[in-house]
Amino acid sequence: MKQILLKIIGLALVLAAACPAGAADIMVFAAASLTDSLRAIRTSYESNATDHIDFNFAGSSTLARQIAEGAPADIFFSADEAKMDDLAAKGLIDTATRQSRLGNSLVVIVPADSPLSFRAAADLTQPQVERVALADPQAVPAGIYAKAWLQKSGVWPALQPRVVPTENVRAALAAVESGNVEAGVVYKTDAAISRKVKVAYAVPMTDAPAISYPVALVKDAPEPAAARKFLAYLASPAAAKIFVQFGFTVRN
Amino acid sequence: MSSEEWQIIGFTAWVSACSTLLILPFGLGMAWLLARRDWPGKSLVETFISLPLVMPPVATGLILLNLFGRRGPLGGWLHRHLSLDIIFTWRGVLLALGVMSFPLLVRSARVAFEEVSPRLEQIACTLGASHWRVFYSITLPLALRGIIGGMLLAFARALGEFGATIMVAGNIPGKTTTLSLAIFERVQLGEDADAYRLLGVSVALAFVAVWGSEYLFGRKRRPA
Repeated sequence: MKQILLKIIGLALVLAAACPAGAADIMVFAAASLTDSLRAIRTSYESNATDHIDFNFAGSSTLARQIAEGAPADIFFSADEAKMDDLAAKGLIDTATRQSRLGNSLVVIVPADSPLSFRAAADLTQPQVERVALADPQAVPAGIYAKAWLQKSGVWPALQPRVVPTENVRAALAAVESGNVEAGVVYKTDAAISRKVKVAYAVPMTDAPAISYPVALVKDAPEPAAARKFLAYLASPAAAKIFVQFGFTVRN
Repeated sequence: MSSEEWQIIGFTAWVSACSTLLILPFGLGMAWLLARRDWPGKSLVETFISLPLVMPPVATGLILLNLFGRRGPLGGWLHRHLSLDIIFTWRGVLLALGVMSFPLLVRSARVAFEEVSPRLEQIACTLGASHWRVFYSITLPLALRGIIGGMLLAFARALGEFGATIMVAGNIPGKTTTLSLAIFERVQLGEDADAYRLLGVSVALAFVAVWGSEYLFGRKRRPA
């Protein structure tokens, strides 16, 4: 009995000593809208790999800024091409690894018990809508997309004074969930994960700018080899299946 | 300096001053109760008041958000009966600043009251002064230094508050954006030059507040 116990302890020690050499911690900086889908992908990835994946979710503008300041990111997963272009222009991205296969669309959401309904962008300007939550339209992709749509529809000047800008798209979702704003514009995928909100209007793809999520290896990645493996997994059919489950569109 | 920046500076100074004045009567009352009276649950109340000082400001903000949101117990009542919204308005900024700076005012004022000799108050009482008269003609003047110090601390705290404000009031340009929020946003947008300009303003504001108080005290003490 005692010998078995000693053997187990010895084995555990050997394993513990062996682990740090084999397993890498991959740091993924990803847009807030990817939170749930990437967590699901991590679960499926880690079940077959020794590497561990950590996330930093925030507005893509915040993440780009952090990477530009030298944050130890392996992978950057942005919600718009412009943020990735910025980093690429600064030489911080391994552009050969860059790919953009993920798409999304915008929806107008209201609290689940709200009587409001919309048939067009112009309906957002009705007086009952006192405040509209958007990700910061100056900086965060979801807000930039929403602003572009509202500008194209001609309602931005009327709506601008009612806009509550948030740090990222999930904060806009939370503001609508809590009922503190009457409506919000978020991604279709954000609306899908909450039972406290309902979609009052789905923005037609043709009215809004194309929403595209580029992902790439960061040039100074601390774990480039492990990160490349995870990047390949993100492009795999298994990952695509999970993204589609969460409402994203996946191009081939 | 753009007109937008002037608006931010003016709003920050105004809302910080308002919050300091708003909490003043409550803060003095609470400080006096803590300094001069013994009552059951005193230490609990004292701890509770100090919480915003030690809790993460964002956590305090979250509590306020839940209490004063439209679905919250207090915010719901205000919305239904007075059609008053707190969250994402300038009132939210006022609320966050007030709650965050309250403990600083109470602590300073409490120490100031404790340093006033109870004997002087008793003597005034025996000479026939009412409790109110004792308070404003004996206790208050003698504690004034500490109280003003506490008000300045509260004002300075309000000027720099970030975490609770962004939770409760958001960062709405022209409505709830304070200096700290504006500096943070400028940095996020990569507009560092604008951020440094606002940084300079906040240093100047803090400097004037503290220096002004030194000047005031210097004058007050000279006759004595």
